[in-house]
Amino acid sequence: MAKKLKLITNGLFNENPVLRLVLGTCPTLAISVSATGGFGMGLAATFVLICSNMAISALRKVIPDKVRIPAYITLIAGFVTIIQMLIQAFSPELDQMLGIYLPLIVVNCIILGRAEMFASKNPVLDSALDGLGMGLGFTLTLTCMGIVRELIGAGTVFGLRVFPEEYAIRIMTMSPGGFFTFGCMIALLTAILQKRGKKLISSQNKCLGCPDCAHCEEANK
Amino acid sequence: MNTAWDAVKPFLVILFTMILTENYVLVKFLGICPFLGVSKKLDSAVGMSAAVTIVMVVASAATWCIQTFLLVPLGLEYMQTIAFILVIAALVQLIEFTLKKYIPALHKTLGIYLPLITTNCAVLGVTLLNFTNEYGFAQSLVNGLGAGLGFMLAMVLFSGVRRTLLRAKPPKCFEGLPITLVAASLTSLTFMGFTGIVEHLFA
Repeated sequence: MAKKLKLITNGLFNENPVLRLVLGTCPTLAISVSATGGFGMGLAATFVLICSNMAISALRKVIPDKVRIPAYITLIAGFVTIIQMLIQAFSPELDQMLGIYLPLIVVNCIILGRAEMFASKNPVLDSALDGLGMGLGFTLTLTCMGIVRELIGAGTVFGLRVFPEEYAIRIMTMSPGGFFTFGCMIALLTAILQKRGKKLISSQNKCLGCPDCAHCEEANK
Repeated sequence: MNTAWDAVKPFLVILFTMILTENYVLVKFLGICPFLGVSKKLDSAVGMSAAVTIVMVVASAATWCIQTFLLVPLGLEYMQTIAFILVIAALVQLIEFTLKKYIPALHKTLGIYLPLITTNCAVLGVTLLNFTNEYGFAQSLVNGLGAGLGFMLAMVLFSGVRRTLLRAKPPKCFEGLPITLVAASLTSLTFMGFTGIVEHLFA
């Protein structure tokens, strides 16, 4: 039981997909303008993560190794289409807020990364828990970043006003603020984990969890 | 003269909007992974963005045809995401084979970047945005080209910034990616200076 719980908490801090594995940076930067958007994006991605992890894990002995990436992408795209249609039907405002980043969950490397690193090697239940943990880590990070950026940049949290708009530093809700907040959040989590004496999986803050890592290293040679 | 200018102007507006004010990497946050991963050296930054530009233009053309002649007549618009990502994956493979067979020299320089492109969200993003913006065929091509050139501009500029960054000594927890992201934030700040430039240039 403790082992199963560990699978979930792993995604929250030690292997936080956004801050430690540096996956899914694009939606993180773009959607964390507001806390509500970050929360919605996180939940949508969590749904896709759990479903795709379970499906890929269940099919891991059927899918031939050579065509696994196209097969994974097709499965993921199917689940993304489902969540896209659900959000369009039940929450048009959220659909508006997420815009193009909703269909872009397909190429969100958290999902493909977990498919490659976890679901293709582990049984269905473990994969589902890993998807849940990673998804919660993603949601938590996006919501926190959204709160920070929305508070400083617009003076509100989840749309509720905290201080008058004149005092807001608008640049935090714009693109430079996204990069800046993201950099600071990674540094903060690194500092906390270092202080608590945790062994870090990537001590140098590199994007090692990416499914494209080998190709990227080769391109840099 | 005037009519020719009128015909070209909308395309120039799209092109420059995509390169400067709506830069995919620095303003819209699409394609951040290669932006952080492959911008360490100038030549790999140029190679990667050249490959991305080619794929973006070809993918814009292919997905426009598929959407207009296949998905819309059959009423399958909801299949857009699945169809587009598969088309892009197939296209990247196709481009790789074609380059290998007919232009081996180009394949040698760009080949290593092609596997990174299938899951690059900038490519899927540009094809999806072509339809959100209701662009025609020619406009889609120009949009793809502009997105690619904008990607190249950001990559080239940022590879210069990163060379300087190597000499910096940030606090321990900021080493590596965090300080790179702060540098990206400053680069993105400079692009905010372009706000409104396209409207004024082509007014």
